[in-house]
Amino acid sequence: MTAYRTYIIVWIALLVLTVLTWGISYINLGMGNVAVALLIASIKASLVALFFMHLRYENRLVWGFALVPLMFLALIIFGTLSDTLFRK
Amino acid sequence: MGKNGMGMSDREKTSEKPSKLSACQGSKEEATKTYATVLRGADDEANAGRREDPAAFQTAKLGIWCFLATEVLLFGALFTAYTIFRVKDPQMFHSEYLKLNRIFGAVNTVVLICSSLTVALGIAAIRQGKQRMLRVCLILTIILAAVFLGVKYAEYSEHIARGELPGTNNFFSLYYMLTGLHAIHVCGGMIALSIMLVLAWKGKFSAEYHNPVEITGLYWHFVDLVWIYLFPLLYLIG
Repeated sequence: MTAYRTYIIVWIALLVLTVLTWGISYINLGMGNVAVALLIASIKASLVALFFMHLRYENRLVWGFALVPLMFLALIIFGTLSDTLFRK
Repeated sequence: MGKNGMGMSDREKTSEKPSKLSACQGSKEEATKTYATVLRGADDEANAGRREDPAAFQTAKLGIWCFLATEVLLFGALFTAYTIFRVKDPQMFHSEYLKLNRIFGAVNTVVLICSSLTVALGIAAIRQGKQRMLRVCLILTIILAAVFLGVKYAEYSEHIARGELPGTNNFFSLYYMLTGLHAIHVCGGMIALSIMLVLAWKGKFSAEYHNPVEITGLYWHFVDLVWIYLFPLLYLIG
């Protein structure tokens, strides 16, 4: 598969997922809305990162540079939550 | 050698030993080639025409990913604030998010996704040495970025006219901070893309050398990534 074709296919997938997330936002699922929206956003983000940013073809070092910040992001979010959730 | 070039099965290791030794004892060119193969990974397309030191591209990539790591945490701080506000005051989100124009938001999402496509196509083109296509793709990307900023301007005008300012409540404070910071990143990206366009116009890029374009592309995809998360979190879920 040429690079151009891969990019076009990923682009179409991203547009389809955008329409999907837009459509699902009109259905009331309560807390499920948040989960589904984040899930679809994560799939879109993975597509961009893997194909447009070429992560799929990179070595482990670049993968490390890409993934470790996400771990720190999780740390800051859950760390802060662990404090504020238990305050009065 | 496998996709990432670093893992080797035991069978390969034992048969590889004598040649590894000979690589150490061999010429500098051989050593550079082995090192280069390790660095390359499987992205043969990226390395197809390269005459330059392959370590340069790897170094540049690591550099930009390092910068993107800092950006993740920058927006991460604001996303943390979003999480805390949401947990502490969900009602505010339920009522306020409806005041955002989700059609503008959706248009912006599509615009940024298309701009990611054009910059990726441009990079694929210059990897094959197609300078004119690179220029066209860069121009398209810059135009789409300008469209994004234009829509944002329209959105902000709408809000300000209705009196929904950053100081109105926590939700709008968060909205302006997040989208404002993102818009500043889009501006910065536009400047970088314009510099790339000028250099491309002067013919500085070729299949053998186009690292700056690759790096700018990576930054631009990151800007798109942030918006992919911002759109549902601010506009779609209440």
